[in-house]
Amino acid sequence: MSLTQFLFYPLAAVIAVSTALAVTRREPVHAVVYLVVSFFATAVLFALLGAPLVAVLQIMVPAGAVMVLFLFVIMLLGSELSKPRPASPFRWGVPAILALAVAVCGLLLLSDAPEAASPLAMAKASARELGTFVYEHYWPAVEGISVLFFVALAGACFLVKDFRPAKAGEDRP
Amino acid sequence: MTTAPMEHVLALALILFAMGAFCALARRNLILILLGVEVMLNACTIALVGASLKWQALGGQAFALVLMALTAAEAAVGLALFVHVRKRAGTLDSSRFDTMRG
Repeated sequence: MSLTQFLFYPLAAVIAVSTALAVTRREPVHAVVYLVVSFFATAVLFALLGAPLVAVLQIMVPAGAVMVLFLFVIMLLGSELSKPRPASPFRWGVPAILALAVAVCGLLLLSDAPEAASPLAMAKASARELGTFVYEHYWPAVEGISVLFFVALAGACFLVKDFRPAKAGEDRP
Repeated sequence: MTTAPMEHVLALALILFAMGAFCALARRNLILILLGVEVMLNACTIALVGASLKWQALGGQAFALVLMALTAAEAAVGLALFVHVRKRAGTLDSSRFDTMRG
């Protein structure tokens, strides 16, 4: 087993464990920090799978920008004391069973693949190559994304406006 | 030079997706629900990049970039919505938002 073939497994373990910790933390801040670890490990995994541009953008966009936005919003809103609720099997049990069922079915399907699991040959798509490919073949998608960002910006600005009525007792401004 | 088999990449993506779905279904805090959605999108990106290597096609990596942009836009609007909701209702508990009244 070569080094590059072996590297996948510790990376996968780091991603899986940090994500599992992120989805089970009570404090949103801890969850976000564990998810940043998971995204960094995912970026290294992308570099291993021959996608250096996607790896760099993974660090910049999800691990950097989006998670910092999450942290800022959590800081802005402050912590909220959650009231203890009566334990209900529907709260954690049913989602856990649903997610486990999907994961087990998918893993069984993957383990029963017709051909033996053969390792992928390494290849690397250079940043220039991928950028040229995107702008040659997917320029409508790039334009669509730019429109989407503009709409998201307008929507975010609209949403954070203060809509509370000027007078007390009135529902609409 | 080789890396792991495609099946193992897909298995990792599947486990992450299941974890994200669990988080989105089980948590009550709106921010943690959005976090679960982020985990699911990350799992999709891993599957796309793995498929791109398997079939030696750049389309998978190109769509991974598009997916990242979608994630950023969704997080921006979602978090702005949560700020608004928190200002209006004073809580981020999803079980409190059970009416369609504007």
